[in-house]
Amino acid sequence: MTQKHIVEARGIHKHFGALHVLKGVDLKVDERELVFVIGPSGSGKSTLLRCLNRLEEPSSGSVVVDGIDMLSPKTDINHARQRIGMVFQSFNLYPHMTALGNVTLALRKVAGKSRAEADALARAALDRVGLADRADHTPGQLSGGQQQRVAIARSIALEPRVMLFDEPTSALDPELVGSVLEVMRGLRESGMTMIVVSHEMGFARNAADRVVFMDDGLIVEQGPPASIFENPAHERTRAFIGQIQRH
Amino acid sequence: MIQTFFNLDIMMAAWPIVLSGLKNTILLSLIVVPLGLLGGLILALLASIKHPLVRWPLMAWVDFFRAFPPLVLLILLFAGLPFAGLELGGFACVAIAFFLNTGSYYGEIFRAGIESVPNGQVEAARSTGLSRLQAMRYVVLPQAVRNVLPDLLSNTLEVVKLTSLGSVVAVPELLYEARQAQSITYNPTPIVMAAVIYFLILWPLVRLLSRLENRALAGRR
Repeated sequence: MTQKHIVEARGIHKHFGALHVLKGVDLKVDERELVFVIGPSGSGKSTLLRCLNRLEEPSSGSVVVDGIDMLSPKTDINHARQRIGMVFQSFNLYPHMTALGNVTLALRKVAGKSRAEADALARAALDRVGLADRADHTPGQLSGGQQQRVAIARSIALEPRVMLFDEPTSALDPELVGSVLEVMRGLRESGMTMIVVSHEMGFARNAADRVVFMDDGLIVEQGPPASIFENPAHERTRAFIGQIQRH
Repeated sequence: MIQTFFNLDIMMAAWPIVLSGLKNTILLSLIVVPLGLLGGLILALLASIKHPLVRWPLMAWVDFFRAFPPLVLLILLFAGLPFAGLELGGFACVAIAFFLNTGSYYGEIFRAGIESVPNGQVEAARSTGLSRLQAMRYVVLPQAVRNVLPDLLSNTLEVVKLTSLGSVVAVPELLYEARQAQSITYNPTPIVMAAVIYFLILWPLVRLLSRLENRALAGRR
């Protein structure tokens, strides 16, 4: 059986004015795979992630997600984005809505569910992230870790095929990181395809199928976590891993 | 003194005239405030399109009508347009002038509000499949309006006060009718009545504004 790539990005370039941030990146991700993207800041890993759901418009290249050509002008991008969830470093919950309202908005306005249906789906999603009892709280009444879990619920409620995580724990106090990683681990066990930009090396080691190291707009090397962490082939990878582990 | 400025007999006599003026002032406000808000909202939404072909004309428009004294604009519409064969009447002139003038002010307030909402909010909304317009309507605007509520209210106060300009083009609003009553009775009491009525309408708004401003300050701490 040939495995189907659920995400296939080819030759992605991205310029921000004179800045050449991505210099021809290829990334293929299998269904149910958990890919960790690491690299120094400014290496282009967040930009790559944002090119996959077209929050950034790649300057050139192609992105196909779940068989949909994301960059084609014929693609209804709003429809396509339902299949790709995204979780941000700064949560970006809507502060003027309750947790439930945050989750139901796209269910009602994009997926076209009735209020009752959307409420039921949203409560189920909040339950999955362990926050069923916080449905009526506003983001301001929740801890950072809880906010990030609501953000995850907001994405998974739409039943995406792929989840993108852009440094999901970087803005959290250390004691709150665990609860978010726990939810991510649960998602992984349920078979969700995940692409994670993060420096949580412990999580990468025991949960990732593959680690991708990026530097200066290119993928330098990739492989199973053990080989990337214990036995990197490139000097730049070795230097970066060394730095990370010293902290 | 009391006979001159607070003459009870004249108050009784002038009351029906002043009351009809008050009704017209309220009616005028109920037309020009929503009109200005609508114009402002349209301008602010256009301003969120960063294309130079939209941006420069928009900026010129807003600058022009903010720099143009509303009274001059009003008189120009009322006294100038008939020469172009267009006779609009005082009420319509006030509505148009206010749409142009206060729309530009409301527009700048809405724009500041929209810009105060972090871009991450739009990105989160778009990432779940909301269109640009849906993100604006459900995510950005409610937060934007909340952020600039004191400024919107403060501008609305100004607009209600400015409706008295209608008296210049014979719109029978509060000030105009008070002056009519004054000239009939040869006594300034009706003007004092108008002043008191303006104060009574606007003072609750001023109090509300202070409360909103204090709350905004407390929220910032």
